[in-house]
Amino acid sequence: LSRIGDELYLEPTESGLSLRAVNSSRSAFASFLFAPLFFQLYEPGGRQPSRELVRCKVLMKSFLGVFRSLPSLEKTVGKCLILLKPRANRLVVQLHCKYGVTKTHNLAFQECELLQAVFDTQGCASSLCAPARVLSEAVVHFPQTLAEVTLGAGPGGKISLRNYVEDEAAPSKTMVTELRLAEDEFQTVAVTPGSRITFCLKEFRGLLTFAEASNLPLTIHYDAPGRPVVFTLEDTVLEVHLVLATLSDPESELQPPTANGASHLPAPSDDFADDLESYMIAMETSTYDDGPSGVPPSPTFPLRTPRPAESDPEEEEEEEEEGAVPGTPPHKKFRSLFFGSVLTPGGASPAPTQEVLAEDSDGEN
Amino acid sequence: MRFRAKIVDLACLNHFSRVINTIAKLAKTCTLRLTVSKLYFILSDKVANGGVSMWCELCQGNFFDEFQMEGVAAEHNEIYLELVPENLSRALKTAQSAKAVKIKLTNKHCPCLRVAVELPSLSSSSRIVTHDIPVGIIPRRLWNDFREPSVPDFDVSIYLPVLKTMKSVVERMKNLSNSIVIEANLSGEMNLKIETDLVSVTTHFKDLGNPAWASEDGCQSSAQDKDLESMAEARIDIKKLQQLLAGQQVNPTKALCNIVSKRIVHFILLHEDVSLQYFIPALA
Repeated sequence: LSRIGDELYLEPTESGLSLRAVNSSRSAFASFLFAPLFFQLYEPGGRQPSRELVRCKVLMKSFLGVFRSLPSLEKTVGKCLILLKPRANRLVVQLHCKYGVTKTHNLAFQECELLQAVFDTQGCASSLCAPARVLSEAVVHFPQTLAEVTLGAGPGGKISLRNYVEDEAAPSKTMVTELRLAEDEFQTVAVTPGSRITFCLKEFRGLLTFAEASNLPLTIHYDAPGRPVVFTLEDTVLEVHLVLATLSDPESELQPPTANGASHLPAPSDDFADDLESYMIAMETSTYDDGPSGVPPSPTFPLRTPRPAESDPEEEEEEEEEGAVPGTPPHKKFRSLFFGSVLTPGGASPAPTQEVLAEDSDGEN
Repeated sequence: MRFRAKIVDLACLNHFSRVINTIAKLAKTCTLRLTVSKLYFILSDKVANGGVSMWCELCQGNFFDEFQMEGVAAEHNEIYLELVPENLSRALKTAQSAKAVKIKLTNKHCPCLRVAVELPSLSSSSRIVTHDIPVGIIPRRLWNDFREPSVPDFDVSIYLPVLKTMKSVVERMKNLSNSIVIEANLSGEMNLKIETDLVSVTTHFKDLGNPAWASEDGCQSSAQDKDLESMAEARIDIKKLQQLLAGQQVNPTKALCNIVSKRIVHFILLHEDVSLQYFIPALA
């Protein structure tokens, strides 16, 4: 997340703790949603469950500073407690270490508006899924300084990655590198032939590093040029989304879209508030392809049968769960059912997305 | 005008990459001359280069499994290209586990050297990475600018000390001064000297040995007449010397330099199948 933005947005919800970041030009957004099962203890409303859930943002640097040295953390920290003290305006991160040492970090936070990119993976025309390793190996051929890369579905069923050269620079001066991958390197391929999108490599590399380390396959959903590309990773307790803007067409510059570049929005405007208004209108009036449990496909939780977690993601900022999430098959079924029940809204409370949007409209007014 | 070449052997590929890496460290842009049997990387002594010039020669047969070249015309069966060696270096960098590397001269939108690397993959077909490196075709009328430099009429010729040692000495000296004096005599002694207002540092090397050169006019006795102890010296830009030494990735079979007092230093680094000559002019 630090590769994307300077501020870390924390949003506790009923479905888990969501960590998000957006970049300054609003052309990249990422969210990591940790299900309650990831934690030993998860109380979104604190001691008083009826209290309204607070969202806040903290400086990325401050937060990262707490978890500075990962190897030493793994050796010394037994438990990590994160709690929000709204009245004191502090986010407290407490590391309970060996030998009775407790390190408490009080980070100043700011209350903030909802940070939610609007995107719809079901509405995307093309999707690809590959083990992270394949994509990492592909990206290694491009220089570290390369800004943009074009992903395309080429002839012969090959998926190609090539560095993007702006037309202003003389095309005869820059080296062009192109990598072709066969379809069978991917786990799933459902692409529109001849489709192509161009996006920033930097944030994508960040996600790839995480994906490789956690050994999760990466899914790429994309549509026409200009529509955002969505990268997702998921396992039983974690859902990650990275939404990047794409070049709208080969001729024009990379336009920072608003965070609301969804399939049926009008042209992006600079005014964030306006877009949200129109998005909400669109949300309420459009019909969605409902998932099996009746929850509209929210960016945070499409309901699919989770694959067995091959290895627990160990590089999260929180400590590793302690046996709460077994990776072995016998428990899987149980967990997915449990998961389902956490997610499926009861009659009383609205589905997570709708709830979130409703809050925002209040905020806007 | 056509050019096609292929490398399949990994050892040859790594060796070729190392040569390219060395060239890339020495020149931002250089000329690649292709003949039927050899490749040459040439940097001519223009003012823009600070007067340095380079001549690097490789036998294609030692690197390539396939090599086909057709020059501009039958009686001038050569190709001269201008390119940025760093691009070639980058293209080969990630080819360490390649099954094959093919290089081809193409002209789709503009002349390019297309490097196609075939990489192993778990799927049925290999991964192919292509790098299109833009090149400039140098017309025949300019070929004279790129002739092989002749060995200068030197005062002293001496073998260089172990390059690694020389490199670390020069690197430290670089922090103190912009220019360095190389002096050597025919008794196998060489000194590297820097001098500033505050400090002067000299490193002495002994027993280096002097290569024997057959005199062009056949009179060997003239060498014996020369005073074996007298030093020939030249003050050169220390950065250029450091670049040359830093770029060496493999220890050469032979490394020597010829000094023309107060004029120029001519370095010759010989490997089994590659020879590199580098000229650094003396500072005024």
